[in-house]
Amino acid sequence: MNQTFSRRRDRLLTYRAMREGKITSSRRTGCSACGEESPQLEWDRNLQVCPRCGFHAPVGAYYRLSNILDPGSFQELEEKLSPADPLAFPGYPVKLSELEQSTGLKDAAVAALGKIDGRRAVFAVLDSRFLMGSMGTAVGEKVTRAAEYAARKKLPLIIFSASGGARMQEGIFSLMQMAKTAAAVQRFQSGGGLYISCFTHPTTGGVTASFASLGDITLAEPGALIGFAGPRVIEQTIKEQLPEGFQRAEYLLDHGFLDRIVPRSEWRAVLSQLLALHEKGGRP
Amino acid sequence: MSRYSPEEKVKLARHPERPGTADFIDALFTDFFEQRGDRLCGEDGSIFGGIARFHGRPVTVLGHRKGKNLEENLTCNFGMPSPEGYRKAQRLMRQAEKFSRPIITFVDTPGAYPGREAEERGQGEAIAQCLALMSTLEVPIISVITGEGGSGGALALAVANRVLMLEHAVYSVLSPEGFASILWKDSARAGEACGVMKLTAQDLRRGGIVQGVLREPKEGAHTDWQAAFRTVDAALTHELAALDKLKGPALARQRYDMFRVMGQNLAPAGREEP
Repeated sequence: MNQTFSRRRDRLLTYRAMREGKITSSRRTGCSACGEESPQLEWDRNLQVCPRCGFHAPVGAYYRLSNILDPGSFQELEEKLSPADPLAFPGYPVKLSELEQSTGLKDAAVAALGKIDGRRAVFAVLDSRFLMGSMGTAVGEKVTRAAEYAARKKLPLIIFSASGGARMQEGIFSLMQMAKTAAAVQRFQSGGGLYISCFTHPTTGGVTASFASLGDITLAEPGALIGFAGPRVIEQTIKEQLPEGFQRAEYLLDHGFLDRIVPRSEWRAVLSQLLALHEKGGRP
Repeated sequence: MSRYSPEEKVKLARHPERPGTADFIDALFTDFFEQRGDRLCGEDGSIFGGIARFHGRPVTVLGHRKGKNLEENLTCNFGMPSPEGYRKAQRLMRQAEKFSRPIITFVDTPGAYPGREAEERGQGEAIAQCLALMSTLEVPIISVITGEGGSGGALALAVANRVLMLEHAVYSVLSPEGFASILWKDSARAGEACGVMKLTAQDLRRGGIVQGVLREPKEGAHTDWQAAFRTVDAALTHELAALDKLKGPALARQRYDMFRVMGQNLAPAGREEP
């Protein structure tokens, strides 16, 4: 049944992409990790994981949800929430509207109500196509409202992070989103709610140092870069080269900061298992 | 309106002779008993704190410590904490709640340390846990930003019921150098960054990020420590008296609500709930 679904979805995706002229059957796409080219069709079938090296290329929020949720269960939350420009930062409003045009997103986070194998949960997904998934006021507010919504409805909360950290263009207001989101997920959890935090490539800075590190269960995609400081800043500070695999998901697993690494094709099954183990959103 | 430009304030905030956490503790508190170690793996000198009396009343007091000479700078890692420091802070603050002691924090850091071991031991997780913990504590928390409030490393000790700032202290999402480097790929434009970042106490008061600005003596706190101590002492006394009127859960609620609205009014929304 599931196989039939995914085959159908692949076919539909391919047809649509071909209709829109995005791919022809012969189009090949290079991998930014291994440099090898593979047919776009294989990338699509592989959920944008490199068919050669297994690199999990960043994907958009809607695409990610479409691969995880039960078909037809997606209901977007707070979709009208828009970014602000609290510092009146030069060029920022223009940048925001350009990105809205090119990505169809209002800002770097999407919140939704959805089901996995019939079990409802609240989702928040960061989208790295929008200013590296950085957290400004709109992202902080959306994550907070997702947690509040999940608390009101007594549903589990599942957040996929992908973020360069705090949004520089919103200055101190971005920094405060760390306190706000951390407090919101903390309050949700102390009310008995299950919060599953899923790190994807790359997640650094203020997102790592707030809600993303506070999960009851913490998962990550293979190879995801996860850290507070970025590797370049660290190398400049300590003036030495970092070891192979530093700050990658596998490294964090070894250092005790993750429960499990989940390949993209397994998210649905793993989340379904966890939701089933926490019926009623984890509440007795 | 201010005597100094934002760029000049950044220099003042970093002035090596500015009174630091250890100086404020020494001057404003009696009976100080230092507490060390995170009880997990280490001790981090860049966060300094313990139990003391404030006008006779037991409190927990802690803050970032930069050190006054090279030797101290090295022990304190120039005020850049590692996860051990943030976990020690959590331990001290949890204990404060257990014994119903108010918490006073002094914030003065360029930021959390971007080092290899710090990452391996979970710098992000340590800061996140500080934020989460502080949002729930049922005792009064007052933070004073005395010098540099650098990024998440500063915020980790500043989720308070009242956040106060010395007049020439700064508080920002990142150092101006880092900000310029990220946005313009040029850390030499730090001066320009100071201008757009709204990092001065006056700007932050207007933006609702801090609740009070404490006047500094003459040309800055470093020129007259005693005057700076008197100002901070009076402000802490005043704020503590105000917070004493709130019961435990109300304190946690007031703090949560204060941070909850930051940036909220800036991002309008349509609330249609499925």
